[in-house]
Amino acid sequence: MTQKGIETSVGVFMLVTLAAMIWLVLEIGNWTPNASSTYEVTAYFDNVGGLSVKAPVTLAGVNIGHVASIGIDSEDYSARVIFQILDSYDNIPIDSGAAILTSGLLGAQYVGIDPGAEENYLVHGGQIDVTQSAMVLENLIGQILIRTAEETKQ
Amino acid sequence: MSLLLQIGRFSIAIVQHLGRRGKFLPHLLPGVVVLYKRPKLLIQQLYSIGVMTVLIVAVAGLFVGMMLGFQGYYTLVDFGAESSLGLAVALFLTRELGPVLTALLFAGRAGSAITAEIGLMRMTQQLDAMEMMAVDPMIHVVAPRFFAAFLAMPLLAALFSVVGLGGGYIVSAGLLNVDPGSYWAAMESGVDVYEDVWGGILKSIVFGFVVSWISVFEGYYALPSTNGISKATTRAVVTASLTVLGFDYLLTAIMF
Repeated sequence: MTQKGIETSVGVFMLVTLAAMIWLVLEIGNWTPNASSTYEVTAYFDNVGGLSVKAPVTLAGVNIGHVASIGIDSEDYSARVIFQILDSYDNIPIDSGAAILTSGLLGAQYVGIDPGAEENYLVHGGQIDVTQSAMVLENLIGQILIRTAEETKQ
Repeated sequence: MSLLLQIGRFSIAIVQHLGRRGKFLPHLLPGVVVLYKRPKLLIQQLYSIGVMTVLIVAVAGLFVGMMLGFQGYYTLVDFGAESSLGLAVALFLTRELGPVLTALLFAGRAGSAITAEIGLMRMTQQLDAMEMMAVDPMIHVVAPRFFAAFLAMPLLAALFSVVGLGGGYIVSAGLLNVDPGSYWAAMESGVDVYEDVWGGILKSIVFGFVVSWISVFEGYYALPSTNGISKATTRAVVTASLTVLGFDYLLTAIMF
């Protein structure tokens, strides 16, 4: 092959493979150069069940952020969950509720925000007071067993 | 007693070999000047090392991707989770199979060629002739091959992953009737750019360095005989493959 042909094919090689790498980073990795900024909101749950860090936070089923950290509040032993919510959703009323939900019957757990009616909105460092804990299958079965036992007694 | 002697001799030989390989590095790295002094030499090597390896990498990537599509589907369909097939294929390819399989193929296809070429130059005294003419063979023969291989490896690994994703798509959308939209959507939402994509690229950079280093070293120090070259080529491929797998374990343990 001539020198020109070699140089051309090397050029094509570099372009195609670099394009492949860039496509991996941008499309598959979904990389955004300056990741859109977020603000943090805290919520306390009695039980977070199988919720994990990075789980999605949704409003009306739409993804608006993710769980940043899960810890224990040392005073009342409840679970302290910190959400990171995208700045573009800065109009969530302060009396909104947060519930830990499950996608599908046995799927992964996520947080659903139930918007309230207040005209003041949550800001960075705000707190969601109305929370609903995760459904724990064992407790649920236990409740059903107790109820059926009571019914048979009557 | 003679068994102990054998073990001792063997261990010393291994350590000596490792030491020589390490000592080779400071001679090798200054050859980076070839990048701007003799770019033509580098392009020539990029052609014979990079471009000529594209076909084997692309074909292997396609079939590995298709295989992953099938295997992933049969595992996931039991849980009704075949919509995350795209994610499974993408994670496999970007984190592990892309860098590792490309490095193994690369060691077999390009690494062995580098070793044999340099070894034959040593045997036919071309390297000595260059030294006689005050032409540094490190810069004119070894460095272009080393840096071309080092550059080509991450690029080929990216190509492998992309072709593999295409192969997985062909199988899942074409043969298994997985929803094409969910194939890509699960991938885009589940693959993390730093942890998965960048981790894979970092791996392939390390593998590229290791494979090209071993290949040029074995060629440069091949015994100048027919037998010596065949041994050097074998050793280059075997050592490079094992080192890649060992480093893969280490990097995976450190990164993820």
